[in-house]
Amino acid sequence: MKHVLDFEKPVVNLREKIAELKKITQDSEMDLTDEISTLEERLKVLEDDIYGNLKPWERVQMARHGERPTTLDYIERLFTDFIEFHGDRLFGDDAAIVSGIAFYKDKPVTIIGHQRGKDTKENIRRNFGMPHPEGYRKALRHMKQAEKFNRPIICFIDTKGAYPGKAAEERGQSEAIARNLMEMAGLTVPIVCIVIGEGGSGGALALGVGDHIHMLENSTYSVISPEGAAALLWKDASLAKHAAETMGITSYDLKKLHVIDEIIPEPRGGAHRDVDEQAKFIDTVLSKSLKTLATYDEEELLEKRWEKYKQIGDYTNR
Amino acid sequence: MLKDIFGKRRRYASIPSEQGKMDVPEGLMQKCKGCNKIFYRKEVKKSLHVCTNCGYHHPLTAWERIDSLFDVDTFVEWDAEISSANPLNFPDYIEKLEKDQKKTGLNEGVVTGKGLIDSHPTAFAVMDSNFRMGSMGSAIGEKIARAVENARKEEIPFIIFSASGGARMQEGVLSLMQMAKTSIAIKRFSDAGGLMISVMTHPTTGGVSASFASIGDYNFAEPGALIGFAGRRIIEQTIREKLPQDFQTAEFQLKHGQLDKVIHRKEMRNTLAQLLKLHEKGGE
Repeated sequence: MKHVLDFEKPVVNLREKIAELKKITQDSEMDLTDEISTLEERLKVLEDDIYGNLKPWERVQMARHGERPTTLDYIERLFTDFIEFHGDRLFGDDAAIVSGIAFYKDKPVTIIGHQRGKDTKENIRRNFGMPHPEGYRKALRHMKQAEKFNRPIICFIDTKGAYPGKAAEERGQSEAIARNLMEMAGLTVPIVCIVIGEGGSGGALALGVGDHIHMLENSTYSVISPEGAAALLWKDASLAKHAAETMGITSYDLKKLHVIDEIIPEPRGGAHRDVDEQAKFIDTVLSKSLKTLATYDEEELLEKRWEKYKQIGDYTNR
Repeated sequence: MLKDIFGKRRRYASIPSEQGKMDVPEGLMQKCKGCNKIFYRKEVKKSLHVCTNCGYHHPLTAWERIDSLFDVDTFVEWDAEISSANPLNFPDYIEKLEKDQKKTGLNEGVVTGKGLIDSHPTAFAVMDSNFRMGSMGSAIGEKIARAVENARKEEIPFIIFSASGGARMQEGVLSLMQMAKTSIAIKRFSDAGGLMISVMTHPTTGGVSASFASIGDYNFAEPGALIGFAGRRIIEQTIREKLPQDFQTAEFQLKHGQLDKVIHRKEMRNTLAQLLKLHEKGGE
């Protein structure tokens, strides 16, 4: 495992020790089976202790893990005959968002998602999954197409945020995001949004107005990054850990705040430990969502979408 | 000891209380933030807080804005009692809200309602940047969404004046979701044929510029207003270059095709009235 997070080091160390003992048992006359099973017991307890109770900041690290599966990893495992399409027809093609059509359980769907790179080279090409306006406009173009051909839309959310750049501002980053929010509100086909990594601010929300919103257990969804919040609120970015705890950004927080529908479990130790298994967990929730949404007629669908967002928020009358 | 009595050093600094700051009577004179020239406050007020020398548009409070646009005694406020809760139990949030409530006399950073502009009925929302920088939390989202719904039901236009630093950090993701909530309300209103006019005033940034403020049928701004998604400092740090002076001003946005028009404050009422007239049924 290339990237080991600090908090999981004890688990990794113990795992290595067990592997070592196993090798010794295999290679020599010495029988260490008893010791191995004792250590395996301990490993289980330790894993339960560490992974069963992740703190917000630890989940942030999971969500940002270098090996965490991306939109394309899930597309490969959940859909067949995927074809990616490019360009917003106005300015260019934004590789920070992938978009295309495929079959999901023999039914055509449109799939749109933020796309991070797996290495530096790809990350530069994909701008670290931080879209420009043309990315959002490409997404909208494909959503409208999905509506025309009556295909459900599945959005994978995985971005630190919309790119804060000069060109992005000149081309109307605000308008591109705002337009998507407004147009997604009126699409007459089911929309299922799944946060798979970081859900950062308006840049995430611009693919996030849907009928059902789900989050992978260790993903985050927030109005600003913990570092940004700490810098803004306390003028000190190093308080990010504290911000992660205060701002309520984990899947459990969002469930409690009635923002998301379901928390999709992750394999022990995070989605990157077993991508196939993670895809299966997503599959279960996604197919259930689409089945439910298929029973609504257009009017019902839009009414329920409005009702869903209308109730989000907490205020008082005084 | 004796030297303690006569010591020159003061052992405690005196910090003026917040109350004290607020009690200072308004001066006779006011300095323009644009050209630093000094004017009679009365004179500035008469010109709707626009500098007669350099044209700088000083921010208006929500009620000053309403007075500058609506026919006398026609404005009726909606949902004045709605104010913020503290959903995340964020430390010091309630105290900050209470301080700004005292300072502004408002319950939250937006005033909504309806009234007549040159005899044309319209629903209205105006943000006040004196209240927590006009940042949008659940209460603001709710008030705006309700105002848009009212406009839809009453079949009248909806005009919104934005002034906001963006989302309200202390309400976390609930603030973010207000962008979606208000945008969906506007979509429903728009689909029903409603006219929406958005006017961006200084500043309109972040989550507000990336939601309702940018999706009017007409998007206007006041001269010199700061309008943009990301903050200048963040962009400069990201791209590692200095940005031009006029970056993200209303004029910059107009040049880049992001606005329909930049409107001087003294023309605002007439322009809005003209637009309302042009959109009345039958074009009367």
